[in-house]
Amino acid sequence: MQNALQEPQNILVLGGGSDIARAIVEELDAPTLRRVILAARRPGEIETDGLCEHAEVVVVEFDATSHETHEAFVESLAAQYGDLDIVIQAFGQLGADDGDDPVAAARLAEVNYVGAVSSGLAVARRLRAQGHGTLIVLSSVAGLRTRPSNFVYGSTKAAQDAFSTGLGHALHGSGARVLTVRPGFVRSSMTTGLDEAPFAVDPSEVAEATVKGLRKGADIVYAPGILRLVFGILRFVPGQIWRRLDR
Amino acid sequence: MHTDRQSLTGWGNTAPSVATLVDVTAEELTRPNALTLLRRAGARTGGGRADGARADDGRNDRGLIVRGLGRSYGDPAQNAGGTVVRIAEGAIELDASTGTVTAGAGVSLDTLLRDIVPRGWFVPVTPGTRFVTVGGCIASDVHGKNHHADGSFGSHVVAMTMLLADGTIHHITPTTEAELWWSTIGGMGLTGIIIDATFRLIPVETGHFLVTTQRVPNLDDLLERMEVADHQYRYSVAWIDLVATGSSLGRSVLSCGNHATLDELRSYLPGAADDPLAFDPPLLPGVPVGMPNVLNRAAVRVFNEFWYRKTPREHHGTETIAGFFHPLDMVGHWNRLYGRHGFLQYQFVVPFEAVDTLRAIISKISAEGHASFLAVLKRFGAESGGMLSFPKPGWTLTLDLPAGIASLGGLLRELDRLVIEAGGRHYLAKDASCSPDVIRAGYPRLEEWLAIRRRFDPDGLLVSDQARRLELI
Repeated sequence: MQNALQEPQNILVLGGGSDIARAIVEELDAPTLRRVILAARRPGEIETDGLCEHAEVVVVEFDATSHETHEAFVESLAAQYGDLDIVIQAFGQLGADDGDDPVAAARLAEVNYVGAVSSGLAVARRLRAQGHGTLIVLSSVAGLRTRPSNFVYGSTKAAQDAFSTGLGHALHGSGARVLTVRPGFVRSSMTTGLDEAPFAVDPSEVAEATVKGLRKGADIVYAPGILRLVFGILRFVPGQIWRRLDR
Repeated sequence: MHTDRQSLTGWGNTAPSVATLVDVTAEELTRPNALTLLRRAGARTGGGRADGARADDGRNDRGLIVRGLGRSYGDPAQNAGGTVVRIAEGAIELDASTGTVTAGAGVSLDTLLRDIVPRGWFVPVTPGTRFVTVGGCIASDVHGKNHHADGSFGSHVVAMTMLLADGTIHHITPTTEAELWWSTIGGMGLTGIIIDATFRLIPVETGHFLVTTQRVPNLDDLLERMEVADHQYRYSVAWIDLVATGSSLGRSVLSCGNHATLDELRSYLPGAADDPLAFDPPLLPGVPVGMPNVLNRAAVRVFNEFWYRKTPREHHGTETIAGFFHPLDMVGHWNRLYGRHGFLQYQFVVPFEAVDTLRAIISKISAEGHASFLAVLKRFGAESGGMLSFPKPGWTLTLDLPAGIASLGGLLRELDRLVIEAGGRHYLAKDASCSPDVIRAGYPRLEEWLAIRRRFDPDGLLVSDQARRLELI
């Protein structure tokens, strides 16, 4: 249960290797935090040292594409560890997005979108039954308007984003909430080797904006915040200009 | 039974959760299948989508908790994903020969006082609001300005009727069922459902009090005067200006009173002596929903200055019941003045010797600059015997803090540490932020209480958000 200061006791991260998710956990870390569950496809590769001072960190196996297992998975965690106060959906991948390989693209869509839907609904079911809790979905501005250099990835994020924002509306009044986070370019293990886009941020800055939005009861958070304005404009520039903006 | 899905909070408007609210009458609770009906009513979920609560087997496995008038500040009267039961006001039966009253658990002290005061009786203990139920008074084992003389509410209860988790109804007294009794007094509703209770009353000649009010320049002076005052006055409390620092740290207004006899009322307030037992307090229009937080440090500083200055150095006079005990009840929904983020009320007790801890805490709050509008200091007397009862001999300080302040968590944990190290503890009816180990450290009989609770409720039917958060289940 969260307390009156909105400090959670239990956090579940779907995609325990995500730098952004781990930064959010650190931002939420407080003596009241009891347990952090990191769910990942390869649990052995997940680093738990130094993640948080106060909570017990548990690593479990989770495959975003095993859709039929997601409901039982979430229920078993809740049965074992108690109510899930915060769940972070953070297993999205960049993929080797050359926009040319149908099979690779399909696989990417299955993880980033289909996996988001099945795991998202499994979590929503649990949060609704609990009467409280927040699902934080790591979306991306890349979905707001897709560009040639990463349009497959962008499309999967667009789909995930439509799902998470719609789910948020569907859960209204149930006590469960969805917070959709739309970061720009984040300097992380996922983007090493790539050229930085303008308005690049660190995972900790995304985490700060996320927790601020969480405490305010926001539905959508941009990181950095200025991207809300930037994309508000970019969405409507003519296609010729949009293509030229791409690197 | 009327049911409704609702988002619930405590009086502080923090940590909301959604539950199925079920309204019942005391009579419905005495029927043989009452518990089954309650659980089935709670499992009904409005809205067509499947949502996890298994309605088909007639059970909602998130349990239930009874909610009074929602005056606890934190989360003891809400149950996320489960059932919350509200009991309608029931009968009031006054027995003048024994000086006791039997009232339904849903009866508020406001309703009760309107009934008994005109007949020459008063409640043995009243907290700072009349809008608490009899059940709530027992479950929180509430205390008032007379704790040093008369103890807490639970000490005055002589019998209760309870509906237990196994569906059976019991009439209990402290001698017939000592373990259930002393785990229910102060037990935050987690041992069973109280249907009604019989408790002693105080005979009174008037509905007025003779009150001495003094302005006190600092904390040391206050502590000295309170110790003296408690030998002369049945009721005493001090209101501290937490914004004052330095040599004015702890500057306060001390208010002490006794019941006014008819003769005293005649001499002080002859007009009132014509109808000495009249009790009809006014209720001003309430604060509207959507009010922003107006109680920032600047506003509080101005208010406190004005209020301290306007109090004469010493004043003797009379006050009504409402004026003396329940000034805030005059403004409906005054908690909305704290705006959207709500607030916390932090209340603890430390032993009498821990004056340094008290001073350190007051200094810390004054220094941190958080706006604390209401700060109250009281001397406590003996414990009642409730295993999770809050009051024990020592100093109890109560203060309000807006919940939206960023660094509040760190400050409160620092205060928690100081309180526990001094041998003190926190009040569950106010708690909204403590961690389980802080509560465990403050209540040495917690393990004993847990064992008894598990005996009377092995399946964990009675659950609240607070119980989950503090691991009281």
